[in-house]
Amino acid sequence: MSTNTPKTSRLGAWIAMTVGASYFLIPLLATFEFSLRMRRGEYSFDAYRVVFADPQFQQTFGYSMGMALVTIVFGILLSVPTAYWVHLKMPRMRPVVEFITLLPLVIPAIVIVYGYLRMYNSSSVIPLTGSDRATDFLLMCSYVTLSLPYMYRSVDTGLRTIDVRTLTEAAEVLGAGRATILFKVIFPNIASAILSGAFLTFAVVIGEFTMASLLDRPAFGPYLQLIGANRAYEPSALAVIAFLITWTAMGLIQVFGRQAKRQPANT
Amino acid sequence: MAFLEISHLQKQFDNHQAVKDFSISAEQGEFITFLGPSGCGKTTILRMLAGFETPTQGRIVFDGKDVTQLRTNQRNVGMVFQSYALFPNMTVAENIGFGLKVAKVPQAQMDARVKEMLAMIKLDTLAQRYPWQMSGGQQQRVALARAIANKPKVLLLDEPLSALDAKIRVSLRQDIRALQRELNITTVFVTHDQEEALSISDRIVVLNEGSVEQIGTPSEIYNFPRTRFVASFVGTLNQLQATVVDAQAGTVRVGDQLLTSSNPMTGLEAGHNCVLAIRPEALRIEPAQPGQNAFTVVVEDVNFLGAVVRIRTRLGTEVLDMDVFNDPNQALPERGSSVVLGLAFEHLLILR
Repeated sequence: MSTNTPKTSRLGAWIAMTVGASYFLIPLLATFEFSLRMRRGEYSFDAYRVVFADPQFQQTFGYSMGMALVTIVFGILLSVPTAYWVHLKMPRMRPVVEFITLLPLVIPAIVIVYGYLRMYNSSSVIPLTGSDRATDFLLMCSYVTLSLPYMYRSVDTGLRTIDVRTLTEAAEVLGAGRATILFKVIFPNIASAILSGAFLTFAVVIGEFTMASLLDRPAFGPYLQLIGANRAYEPSALAVIAFLITWTAMGLIQVFGRQAKRQPANT
Repeated sequence: MAFLEISHLQKQFDNHQAVKDFSISAEQGEFITFLGPSGCGKTTILRMLAGFETPTQGRIVFDGKDVTQLRTNQRNVGMVFQSYALFPNMTVAENIGFGLKVAKVPQAQMDARVKEMLAMIKLDTLAQRYPWQMSGGQQQRVALARAIANKPKVLLLDEPLSALDAKIRVSLRQDIRALQRELNITTVFVTHDQEEALSISDRIVVLNEGSVEQIGTPSEIYNFPRTRFVASFVGTLNQLQATVVDAQAGTVRVGDQLLTSSNPMTGLEAGHNCVLAIRPEALRIEPAQPGQNAFTVVVEDVNFLGAVVRIRTRLGTEVLDMDVFNDPNQALPERGSSVVLGLAFEHLLILR
C-alpha cells in the first residue's frame, strides 16, 4: 500500500523550510559577502588574512581551545561516573540529578560568575582569583558548569542504549573492579555519546563571553566582542569563522552518532 | 564435605520473602537445575550465589570456603546471562580473554587459553568478529567460553537459552552439557523450561513461591512427583478427583470404577477425597493384565500430533488424555467407542 502525501501539504512543508532557512541563511550570506569587501572594488579574503595574522586572534583562540579541551576532560570525568552510578545504584535519583544538571540553563551566566567573584575573590578563604592559573581553573569550572546540561544529557542518553547493569555484572563476575569496568567496558560503549557531549562543550566554550570577560581572561569570546566594537570587516570574518567552527562540531556529532547507530550497543 | 553447600538461604525484599529457607549440597562436577515458574526465587538464589544479592540469612560455601560475604569479583564463579552480556566494544577473542586480562595472566598464556576456548566452542574462525556481527546462538557460545576461560569453581547459567529459537536451544543445551561434563565444573542452571531441565540435569530442584517443592533426579521428578505443583508443572498430567475406599490396600473410587495404587496414601482414610495423577503415556489400550488397573472409558477425540497421537477419553465425569506413539500400522479407536485402558499400580499417583 503506497502512501500518497497530498501535493499541497508537501508544497507547504517546502515553503516553511525555505522561509525558515532564508531567515537564517540570508543574514549569514550577507555577513559573508560583507567580509569579502575589505579590498575596495573587488571581493577578497583580506579580512580573513588580517584576522589570522592578528597575534591576539592566535593567542585567544589558542587559549579557548586549550580551555575547551580541559573542560571536556573534566566534564567527562565528572559526568560519566556520576551518570553510571545513578543508572546502576540510584535510578530513582535520576530526575533529581537531571534537574541539577539543567540548572545552569536557568541561572544566567552573569549571576554564576558574580557568585564566583564573591566566593573566590582574593580576600576569601579560597582566593582563586588571586593568580592567573587559579583564575584559569575557576574559569574552567564555570565552563564545566555551563556545559553540564549538554554533557550529562549526552552521557545519560548513551547509557540508556546499553544494559549497564548486566554489563557491569558480567564484568564483575570475571573479576573486574569498578575502575576497570568504567574505563574498559562503560566508556568505550558510550564513546559516541561522550564525543557528542564533547563537541557541544567545545562549541559552548569557544563562543562564551560573560565568564571570560568578567574573570578577565584572554579568551576568544571577549576578543570577538573587542574586534566587533572597533573594526568593520574583520568582525564579519570572525563571525563566519565562528559559525564554521560550530558547524564542524555539529557535523562531527552527526558522523559519530551515525557510526553508533551502525554498531548496536545492545547485544 | 560437598563441593557446593547452600545452607538455610533466605532473601527478603521489603515485605516480600523471595527465598524461604533454601538448602542444597552439590558434588564436584554435578549439574543442578533450578526449575520453576517466574517469581519462584530461582534467579534470586542464583544471584546470591554470584554475589549480586546479599542473603538475608544463610551460608554459601564453595569448595570448603565460605563466600557468603565475599564480593562477586572475589568468588571465582563463571556466569552466563540470558542476554549474553557480551561487551559490544570487544571482539570475540577479547571478550573471552577479558577475565584472563583482569587476572593479569601473561599474554602468551592468555592467547593459548583463548585459542583453546574458541576451539572448544567451534568458533575458531570468528575470533575477530564483534558480538553484533554474530547470531544469538554464536553469542551465547562465546558467553559460555568467556565464563569458563578463567577456570571458575562454579558455573552459573541464568536461563541462557531463553532468548534463542527452539532448534538452537536444543543443540546448544547439549553442547553446554557436553562441555560441562568434559570440564567437570559444578554447574547451577536456572530455567522455567521443564524439557531443558529434564534433558540435561543430574538433579532438579523444583521451586515455587520461594520454597522447594521437590529435589530429585529428572526421572524421580517426572515419574514420582511428590506434590500437586510438581506433578502439574513438570510434564502433562491428568488429574482426577477420587474417593479413598481402602487406604491400606491403596484402593480408590473414580465414578463407578475402582482403581488401585501402590503409592503410599499417607494421611488419607476411607471416605476421604483425594486427587489422582496419571501421566498420559502411562495408559495403554489393552485388556486387563495382572498387577495392573483396568477400566473402561469412552473415546471423545483423537488428535494426531506427529510422533504422538493424543486420545481424549472420559471416565465418568473425568476427562483423561492418553498419548500413544504414532504407528501407521495400528488402528486407532473410533470416536464414541468404549475401550479398556490398562494402568500399572505404581503409575497411579496420589497427590498432596
